[in-house]
Amino acid sequence: MSLMGFFNRRTSAPVARERLQILLAHERGIVGGKPDLVALLREEILAVVGRHVTIEQDRVQVKMNRGADLSTLEIEVEIPGPTLARA
Amino acid sequence: MAKILVVTSGKGGVGKTTSTAALGAALAHGGEKVVVIDFDVGLRNLDLVMGAERRVVFDLINVVQGDAKLSQALIRDKRMENLSLLPASQTRDKDALTEEGVARVLADLREKFDWIICDSPAGIERGATLAMRHADVAVVVTNPEVSSVRDSDRIIGLLDSKTEKAEKGERVEKHLLLTRYDPVRAERGEMLKKEDVLEILSIPLLGIIPESEEVLRASNVGAPVTFNNPDSAPGRAYFDAVRRLKGENVEMIIPSDRKGLLGKLFGRRAA
Repeated sequence: MSLMGFFNRRTSAPVARERLQILLAHERGIVGGKPDLVALLREEILAVVGRHVTIEQDRVQVKMNRGADLSTLEIEVEIPGPTLARA
Repeated sequence: MAKILVVTSGKGGVGKTTSTAALGAALAHGGEKVVVIDFDVGLRNLDLVMGAERRVVFDLINVVQGDAKLSQALIRDKRMENLSLLPASQTRDKDALTEEGVARVLADLREKFDWIICDSPAGIERGATLAMRHADVAVVVTNPEVSSVRDSDRIIGLLDSKTEKAEKGERVEKHLLLTRYDPVRAERGEMLKKEDVLEILSIPLLGIIPESEEVLRASNVGAPVTFNNPDSAPGRAYFDAVRRLKGENVEMIIPSDRKGLLGKLFGRRAA
Protein backbone atom coordinates (compact mmCIF):
# COMPACT_ATOMS: atom_id res chain seq x y z
CA MET A 1 0.00 0.00 0.00
CA SER A 2 1.36 3.41 -0.91
CA LEU A 3 1.79 6.10 1.71
CA MET A 4 -1.15 8.05 0.27
CA GLY A 5 -3.23 4.90 0.24
CA PHE A 6 -2.46 4.39 3.91
CA PHE A 7 -3.66 7.85 4.85
CA ASN A 8 -6.69 7.76 2.56
CA ARG A 9 -7.92 4.32 3.47
CA ARG A 10 -10.78 5.64 5.59
CA THR A 11 -12.15 8.34 3.30
CA SER A 12 -15.83 7.93 2.65
CA ALA A 13 -16.59 11.18 0.81
CA PRO A 14 -15.71 9.76 -2.65
CA VAL A 15 -18.22 6.96 -2.04
CA ALA A 16 -20.86 9.55 -1.12
CA ARG A 17 -20.07 11.58 -4.24
CA GLU A 18 -20.43 8.58 -6.53
CA ARG A 19 -23.66 7.39 -4.92
CA LEU A 20 -25.19 10.85 -5.28
CA GLN A 21 -24.10 11.25 -8.88
CA ILE A 22 -25.74 7.99 -9.87
CA LEU A 23 -28.92 8.67 -7.92
CA LEU A 24 -29.37 12.24 -9.14
CA ALA A 25 -28.63 11.31 -12.76
CA HIS A 26 -31.62 8.97 -12.57
CA GLU A 27 -33.86 11.42 -10.74
CA ARG A 28 -33.09 14.27 -13.13
CA GLY A 29 -33.62 12.08 -16.16
CA ILE A 30 -30.05 12.38 -17.45
CA VAL A 31 -29.88 8.61 -17.72
CA GLY A 32 -32.35 7.33 -20.33
CA GLY A 33 -33.80 10.79 -21.02
CA LYS A 34 -36.79 10.51 -18.68
CA PRO A 35 -36.97 10.89 -14.93
CA ASP A 36 -37.02 7.42 -13.50
CA LEU A 37 -37.13 5.57 -16.80
CA VAL A 38 -36.80 2.23 -15.08
CA ALA A 39 -39.94 2.83 -13.01
CA LEU A 40 -41.81 3.84 -16.17
CA LEU A 41 -40.67 0.66 -17.95
CA ARG A 42 -41.83 -1.37 -14.98
CA GLU A 43 -45.35 0.06 -15.17
CA GLU A 44 -45.68 -0.26 -18.94
CA ILE A 45 -44.28 -3.79 -19.16
CA LEU A 46 -46.69 -4.99 -16.47
CA ALA A 47 -49.60 -3.28 -18.28
CA VAL A 48 -48.73 -5.02 -21.55
CA VAL A 49 -48.44 -8.44 -19.93
CA GLY A 50 -51.68 -7.76 -18.07
CA ARG A 51 -53.50 -7.17 -21.33
CA HIS A 52 -52.91 -10.77 -22.41
CA VAL A 53 -52.92 -12.74 -19.20
CA THR A 54 -54.44 -12.15 -15.81
CA ILE A 55 -51.63 -11.08 -13.54
CA GLU A 56 -51.94 -11.99 -9.92
CA GLN A 57 -50.14 -9.34 -7.92
CA ASP A 58 -48.68 -11.92 -5.54
CA ARG A 59 -47.09 -13.74 -8.49
CA VAL A 60 -45.11 -10.79 -9.75
CA GLN A 61 -41.60 -10.02 -8.57
CA VAL A 62 -39.88 -6.83 -9.59
CA LYS A 63 -36.24 -6.09 -8.82
CA MET A 64 -34.35 -3.04 -9.84
CA ASN A 65 -30.76 -1.89 -9.56
CA ARG A 66 -29.80 1.51 -10.87
CA GLY A 67 -26.18 1.90 -11.86
CA ALA A 68 -24.05 4.52 -13.58
CA ASP A 69 -23.34 2.59 -16.78
CA LEU A 70 -25.94 -0.10 -16.50
CA SER A 71 -29.29 -0.42 -14.79
CA THR A 72 -31.17 -3.66 -14.51
CA LEU A 73 -34.87 -4.33 -14.25
CA GLU A 74 -35.93 -7.87 -13.49
CA ILE A 75 -39.62 -8.69 -13.81
CA GLU A 76 -40.76 -12.19 -13.04
CA VAL A 77 -44.40 -12.87 -13.83
CA GLU A 78 -45.85 -16.28 -13.12
CA ILE A 79 -48.27 -17.20 -15.90
CA PRO A 80 -50.60 -20.06 -14.97
CA GLY A 81 -50.39 -23.19 -17.16
CA PRO A 82 -53.40 -24.69 -19.01
CA THR A 83 -54.53 -26.90 -16.10
CA LEU A 84 -54.46 -24.08 -13.59
CA ALA A 85 -56.08 -21.70 -16.03
CA ARG A 86 -58.98 -24.08 -16.67
CA ALA A 87 -59.55 -24.85 -13.00
CA MET B 1 -46.69 -8.05 20.16
CA ALA B 2 -45.28 -5.64 17.60
CA LYS B 3 -44.42 -2.14 18.73
CA ILE B 4 -44.85 0.94 16.60
CA LEU B 5 -42.17 3.53 17.30
CA VAL B 6 -42.12 7.02 15.80
CA VAL B 7 -38.89 8.99 15.50
CA THR B 8 -39.91 12.63 15.51
CA SER B 9 -38.64 16.13 16.36
CA GLY B 10 -40.53 18.96 14.74
CA LYS B 11 -37.31 20.61 13.62
CA GLY B 12 -35.46 19.37 10.56
CA GLY B 13 -31.83 18.31 10.43
CA VAL B 14 -31.54 17.15 14.03
CA GLY B 15 -30.94 13.48 13.21
CA LYS B 16 -34.30 11.72 12.79
CA THR B 17 -33.29 9.72 9.74
CA THR B 18 -29.82 8.92 11.12
CA SER B 19 -31.43 7.78 14.37
CA THR B 20 -34.12 5.73 12.62
CA ALA B 21 -31.46 3.85 10.65
CA ALA B 22 -29.16 3.44 13.65
CA LEU B 23 -31.88 2.26 16.06
CA GLY B 24 -33.36 -0.04 13.40
CA ALA B 25 -30.03 -1.69 12.65
CA ALA B 26 -29.17 -2.03 16.35
CA LEU B 27 -32.54 -3.68 17.11
CA ALA B 28 -32.09 -6.00 14.12
CA HIS B 29 -28.59 -6.85 15.32
CA GLY B 30 -30.19 -8.16 18.51
CA GLY B 31 -32.31 -10.55 16.43
CA GLU B 32 -35.56 -8.58 16.35
CA LYS B 33 -37.55 -8.36 13.12
CA VAL B 34 -37.51 -4.69 12.20
CA VAL B 35 -39.02 -2.53 9.47
CA VAL B 36 -38.16 1.15 9.04
CA ILE B 37 -40.70 3.32 7.18
CA ASP B 38 -40.00 6.66 5.55
CA PHE B 39 -42.96 9.06 5.94
CA ASP B 40 -41.24 11.97 4.22
CA VAL B 41 -43.23 11.90 0.96
CA GLY B 42 -41.52 13.94 -1.73
CA LEU B 43 -38.24 14.26 0.16
CA ARG B 44 -37.33 10.70 1.00
CA ASN B 45 -33.86 10.04 2.36
CA LEU B 46 -34.04 6.97 4.56
CA ASP B 47 -33.33 4.84 1.46
CA LEU B 48 -30.13 6.81 0.86
CA VAL B 49 -28.95 6.64 4.47
CA MET B 50 -29.65 2.88 4.48
CA GLY B 51 -27.83 2.40 1.17
CA ALA B 52 -30.88 1.07 -0.69
CA GLU B 53 -31.50 4.01 -3.04
CA ARG B 54 -30.78 2.00 -6.19
CA ARG B 55 -33.25 -0.73 -5.29
CA VAL B 56 -36.47 1.21 -4.70
CA VAL B 57 -39.22 -0.23 -6.91
CA PHE B 58 -42.47 0.47 -5.06
CA ASP B 59 -43.16 2.75 -2.12
CA LEU B 60 -45.52 3.40 0.79
CA ILE B 61 -48.02 5.29 -1.38
CA ASN B 62 -48.15 2.45 -3.95
CA VAL B 63 -49.08 0.12 -1.07
CA VAL B 64 -51.57 2.56 0.50
CA GLN B 65 -53.31 2.95 -2.87
CA GLY B 66 -53.29 -0.76 -3.62
CA ASP B 67 -50.95 -0.54 -6.63
CA ALA B 68 -48.45 -2.86 -5.00
CA LYS B 69 -48.47 -5.55 -2.36
CA LEU B 70 -46.63 -4.88 0.85
CA SER B 71 -44.27 -7.78 0.13
CA GLN B 72 -43.30 -6.19 -3.19
CA ALA B 73 -42.54 -2.80 -1.68
CA LEU B 74 -40.48 -3.99 1.29
CA ILE B 75 -36.74 -3.86 0.60
CA ARG B 76 -34.79 -6.37 2.61
CA ASP B 77 -31.44 -5.07 3.85
CA LYS B 78 -28.52 -6.82 2.17
CA ARG B 79 -26.49 -6.85 5.39
CA MET B 80 -29.18 -8.11 7.78
CA GLU B 81 -32.08 -10.19 6.57
CA ASN B 82 -34.32 -9.30 9.53
CA LEU B 83 -34.16 -5.59 8.67
CA SER B 84 -36.48 -4.15 5.99
CA LEU B 85 -37.20 -0.74 4.54
CA LEU B 86 -40.47 0.69 3.26
CA PRO B 87 -39.49 3.78 1.28
CA ALA B 88 -41.51 6.95 0.76
CA SER B 89 -42.56 8.13 -2.68
CA GLN B 90 -40.31 10.74 -4.24
CA THR B 91 -42.73 11.97 -6.86
CA ARG B 92 -46.18 11.86 -5.31
CA ASP B 93 -47.97 14.42 -3.22
CA LYS B 94 -48.12 13.91 0.53
CA ASP B 95 -51.93 14.13 0.38
CA ALA B 96 -51.88 10.71 -1.26
CA LEU B 97 -51.26 9.29 2.21
CA THR B 98 -54.64 8.59 3.77
CA GLU B 99 -55.20 7.84 7.40
CA GLU B 100 -57.08 4.59 6.68
CA GLY B 101 -54.41 3.52 4.19
CA VAL B 102 -51.60 4.06 6.68
CA ALA B 103 -53.57 2.25 9.40
CA ARG B 104 -54.05 -0.74 7.08
CA VAL B 105 -50.36 -0.92 6.15
CA LEU B 106 -49.30 -0.68 9.80
CA ALA B 107 -51.78 -3.41 10.79
CA ASP B 108 -50.28 -5.70 8.11
CA LEU B 109 -46.75 -4.88 9.27
CA ARG B 110 -47.67 -5.72 12.86
CA GLU B 111 -48.22 -9.33 11.74
CA LYS B 112 -44.74 -9.62 10.25
CA PHE B 113 -42.40 -7.58 12.46
CA ASP B 114 -41.46 -7.02 16.10
CA TRP B 115 -40.62 -3.33 15.64
CA ILE B 116 -42.09 -0.85 13.17
CA ILE B 117 -40.05 2.35 13.16
CA CYS B 118 -41.68 5.37 11.50
CA ASP B 119 -39.26 8.08 10.37
CA SER B 120 -41.27 11.30 10.60
CA PRO B 121 -40.75 14.25 8.29
CA ALA B 122 -39.92 17.61 9.87
CA GLY B 123 -42.80 19.96 10.60
CA ILE B 124 -46.22 19.29 12.08
CA GLU B 125 -48.22 18.70 8.93
CA ARG B 126 -49.86 15.62 7.46
CA GLY B 127 -46.76 13.43 7.09
CA ALA B 128 -45.62 14.13 10.63
CA THR B 129 -49.05 13.65 12.20
CA LEU B 130 -49.62 10.40 10.27
CA ALA B 131 -46.19 9.08 11.28
CA MET B 132 -47.04 9.54 14.98
CA ARG B 133 -50.75 8.70 14.72
CA HIS B 134 -50.55 4.97 15.60
CA ALA B 135 -47.39 5.02 17.71
CA ASP B 136 -46.98 3.06 20.94
CA VAL B 137 -43.58 4.63 21.61
CA ALA B 138 -42.09 7.97 20.54
CA VAL B 139 -38.44 8.91 20.34
CA VAL B 140 -38.13 12.70 20.34
CA VAL B 141 -34.81 13.64 18.73
CA THR B 142 -33.46 16.92 20.10
CA ASN B 143 -30.24 18.90 19.66
CA PRO B 144 -28.92 20.92 22.62
CA GLU B 145 -29.97 24.11 20.87
CA VAL B 146 -32.85 26.53 21.56
CA SER B 147 -34.94 26.13 18.40
CA SER B 148 -34.73 22.34 18.50
CA VAL B 149 -35.83 22.24 22.16
CA ARG B 150 -38.75 24.55 21.45
CA ASP B 151 -39.93 22.44 18.50
CA SER B 152 -39.57 19.24 20.54
CA ASP B 153 -41.82 20.76 23.19
CA ARG B 154 -44.46 21.38 20.53
CA ILE B 155 -44.15 17.81 19.24
CA ILE B 156 -44.53 16.41 22.78
CA GLY B 157 -47.79 18.37 22.98
CA LEU B 158 -49.01 16.75 19.77
CA LEU B 159 -48.01 13.27 21.00
CA ASP B 160 -50.21 13.90 24.06
CA SER B 161 -53.22 15.08 22.07
CA LYS B 162 -53.30 14.02 18.43
CA THR B 163 -52.32 10.35 18.57
CA GLU B 164 -54.68 7.39 18.60
CA LYS B 165 -53.50 6.47 22.10
CA ALA B 166 -54.07 10.00 23.42
CA GLU B 167 -57.58 10.06 21.98
CA LYS B 168 -58.38 6.79 23.78
CA GLY B 169 -57.17 8.31 27.03
CA GLU B 170 -53.95 6.29 26.98
CA ARG B 171 -50.40 7.60 26.75
CA VAL B 172 -47.73 7.24 24.11
CA GLU B 173 -44.49 6.23 25.84
CA LYS B 174 -42.16 9.17 25.18
CA HIS B 175 -38.35 9.18 25.21
CA LEU B 176 -35.82 11.91 24.62
CA LEU B 177 -32.82 11.23 22.40
CA LEU B 178 -30.29 14.02 22.70
CA THR B 179 -28.15 14.09 19.57
CA ARG B 180 -25.04 15.99 18.40
CA TYR B 181 -24.07 16.50 22.03
CA ASP B 182 -20.62 17.86 22.83
CA PRO B 183 -19.86 17.31 26.55
CA VAL B 184 -16.80 19.60 26.42
CA ARG B 185 -18.76 22.57 25.07
CA ALA B 186 -21.66 21.84 27.45
CA GLU B 187 -19.18 21.86 30.37
CA ARG B 188 -17.72 25.16 29.15
CA GLY B 189 -21.22 26.67 29.14
CA GLU B 190 -21.28 27.04 25.36
CA MET B 191 -24.04 24.49 24.85
CA LEU B 192 -27.22 23.55 26.71
CA LYS B 193 -26.47 20.75 29.17
CA LYS B 194 -28.41 17.52 29.20
CA GLU B 195 -29.85 18.55 32.60
CA ASP B 196 -31.14 21.81 31.07
CA VAL B 197 -32.88 20.04 28.20
CA LEU B 198 -34.31 17.35 30.49
CA GLU B 199 -35.66 19.93 32.90
CA ILE B 200 -37.37 21.87 30.13
CA LEU B 201 -38.88 18.93 28.26
CA SER B 202 -39.39 16.63 31.28
CA ILE B 203 -39.58 13.32 29.45
CA PRO B 204 -37.25 10.40 30.27
CA LEU B 205 -33.85 10.29 28.58
CA LEU B 206 -33.27 7.40 26.18
CA GLY B 207 -29.72 8.27 25.25
CA ILE B 208 -27.12 10.88 24.45
CA ILE B 209 -25.52 10.62 21.04
CA PRO B 210 -22.24 12.55 20.96
CA GLU B 211 -21.34 14.75 18.00
CA SER B 212 -19.07 12.56 15.89
CA GLU B 213 -17.44 12.30 12.48
CA GLU B 214 -18.64 8.72 12.32
CA VAL B 215 -22.23 9.79 11.57
CA LEU B 216 -21.26 11.52 8.33
CA ARG B 217 -18.87 8.72 7.42
CA ALA B 218 -21.70 6.18 7.77
CA SER B 219 -24.19 8.19 5.71
CA ASN B 220 -21.53 8.76 3.02
CA VAL B 221 -21.33 5.02 2.42
CA GLY B 222 -25.04 4.33 3.01
CA ALA B 223 -24.90 2.30 6.20
CA PRO B 224 -26.50 2.85 9.62
CA VAL B 225 -23.77 4.02 12.03
CA THR B 226 -24.56 1.07 14.31
CA PHE B 227 -23.68 -1.22 11.41
CA ASN B 228 -20.84 0.74 9.84
CA ASN B 229 -18.93 1.26 13.08
CA PRO B 230 -20.69 -0.28 16.09
CA ASP B 231 -17.69 0.43 18.34
CA SER B 232 -17.64 4.16 17.54
CA ALA B 233 -18.98 6.62 20.13
CA PRO B 234 -22.35 7.16 18.39
CA GLY B 235 -22.54 3.43 17.61
CA ARG B 236 -22.20 2.52 21.28
CA ALA B 237 -24.58 5.29 22.34
CA TYR B 238 -27.28 3.99 19.98
CA PHE B 239 -26.77 0.39 21.18
CA ASP B 240 -27.20 1.59 24.79
CA ALA B 241 -30.35 3.49 23.76
CA VAL B 242 -31.78 0.31 22.23
CA ARG B 243 -31.14 -1.64 25.44
CA ARG B 244 -33.03 1.05 27.37
CA LEU B 245 -35.82 0.94 24.80
CA LYS B 246 -36.18 -2.77 25.54
CA GLY B 247 -36.51 -1.99 29.24
CA GLU B 248 -32.98 -2.67 30.45
CA ASN B 249 -31.47 -0.41 33.06
CA VAL B 250 -28.27 0.90 31.50
CA GLU B 251 -26.05 3.51 33.12
CA MET B 252 -26.20 6.80 31.19
CA ILE B 253 -22.74 7.53 29.88
CA ILE B 254 -21.63 9.63 26.93
CA PRO B 255 -19.25 7.47 24.92
CA SER B 256 -16.30 9.18 23.27
CA ASP B 257 -14.20 8.18 20.30
CA ARG B 258 -10.94 6.93 21.73
CA LYS B 259 -8.03 8.32 19.86
CA GLY B 260 -4.41 7.31 19.98
CA LEU B 261 -1.59 9.73 19.23
CA LEU B 262 -1.99 9.20 15.47
CA GLY B 263 -5.74 9.69 15.74
CA LYS B 264 -5.20 12.97 17.56
CA LEU B 265 -2.69 14.16 14.97
CA PHE B 266 -4.89 13.28 12.02
CA GLY B 267 -8.27 13.51 13.74
CA ARG B 268 -9.10 16.86 12.22
CA ARG B 269 -8.77 15.60 8.69
CA ALA B 270 -12.08 15.78 6.79
CA ALA B 271 -13.80 12.41 6.53
